[in-house]
Amino acid sequence: MQALGINVLFEGSNFLRLLGGLWVTVRISLLSVALSLPLGVAFGLFMMVPHPLAKAISRLYLDFIRIMPQLVLLFLVYFGVTRAFGLNLSAWASAVLVFTLWGTAEMGDLVRGALISIPKHQYESAEALGMSPLQTFWYVILPQTLRHLLPPAINLTTRIIKTTSLVVLIGIVEVLKVGQQVIDANRFAYPTAALWVYGTVFLLYFLVCWPISLAAKRLERNWKGA
Amino acid sequence: MPDWGFIASYAPMYVQAAGLTARIAFWGICFALLLGAVCSFIQYAHIPGLRQITALYIELSRNTPLLVQLFFLYFGLPKLGIRISAEGCAILGLTFLGGSYMAEAFRSGLEAVEKSQREAAQSLGFSPAQSLCYIVFPQALAVSIPALCANVIFLIKETSVVSAIALADLMYVAKDLIGLYYKTDEALGMLVAAYLILLLPISVLAAFLERRLRHAGFGN
Repeated sequence: MQALGINVLFEGSNFLRLLGGLWVTVRISLLSVALSLPLGVAFGLFMMVPHPLAKAISRLYLDFIRIMPQLVLLFLVYFGVTRAFGLNLSAWASAVLVFTLWGTAEMGDLVRGALISIPKHQYESAEALGMSPLQTFWYVILPQTLRHLLPPAINLTTRIIKTTSLVVLIGIVEVLKVGQQVIDANRFAYPTAALWVYGTVFLLYFLVCWPISLAAKRLERNWKGA
Repeated sequence: MPDWGFIASYAPMYVQAAGLTARIAFWGICFALLLGAVCSFIQYAHIPGLRQITALYIELSRNTPLLVQLFFLYFGLPKLGIRISAEGCAILGLTFLGGSYMAEAFRSGLEAVEKSQREAAQSLGFSPAQSLCYIVFPQALAVSIPALCANVIFLIKETSVVSAIALADLMYVAKDLIGLYYKTDEALGMLVAAYLILLLPISVLAAFLERRLRHAGFGN
């Protein structure tokens, strides 16, 4: 009598180990998001600088990051940078670096988009009311920009979390790798473990990302009229 | 200095791998477009029952990574007796992932077409199917093109993970060469070049299409 496959999840601490693996992924994403937000705002402001050199640099950076698959970027940093500069970057540091670089580019573009979506008359009206540039930015522009910015920024977070699953390919032990270990360790007792373990990983990712997507959607709907 | 001899002798491997990447991306994108169109029509037409299933599918597909979907398809499903080749899994995974993104792109296009267009078509005696085919869809397509193009580029980039299920795509070849010969700079350089050659023309074409279609909407 073969054991039911789903029981592999409750054998020992298997399920807790999977959750631990998921935490590794989420931690890398959260750290990258936390770094990307301020850097992305800075990059978005830098993109607004009218100097041609600044424009060329930001364009090149954004386009390169956008056109390369994130996995290629991971390889470039993990294998390439390590060799080129003689730096011994751990897989962890490479992953955070890549997702921060990517998040900064995407966030910067969102910030730029939100800033140019503010009509010019908003600046002019504020000036006509006697507000200083700083006051204009703080009381008029920033609140409107935030409304445009927050929903896609939250969506970017789910994209970063999903993309973090790639770190298993540069050797970080995260939820997929833990899943493999669980499957291999129980190969004889539970031959169908792969189905249940990978199914669980699939659902775990969904349970992490879905609420965040919902929040973004709700914010977007609530702020549509504003 | 890069080792040009090494690059020359292994470039054909990259060409072959780029072919595989392109083939998977092509079929994945075709099926994703089809699935996306079907899903968006189901949501647009408010077909009861099917609409809820479509909504569930879209949420599932948008909130999980392709790599995890592939692992489930390639390693998980055989335990149920469903065996699909690696390439089949890659195309199926890409379709599953892309379908929802394409559906969202089509949906935003369909929503952008004003109700008066459908009413005008109806008053001219168009059947619902005719009004969809000749009036609503062409206008919706013009609105969704930028999002569709972005999805195409996104899906081509996503194919880079199929190396994880042992398909010899560009990533796989690069990783192989790094492991075999330690020619890291050359292998990574060729990898970047290969993706640029694949994706740059498409992104330029997308920008061109977007510029041309900006004027295609009715009344603006």
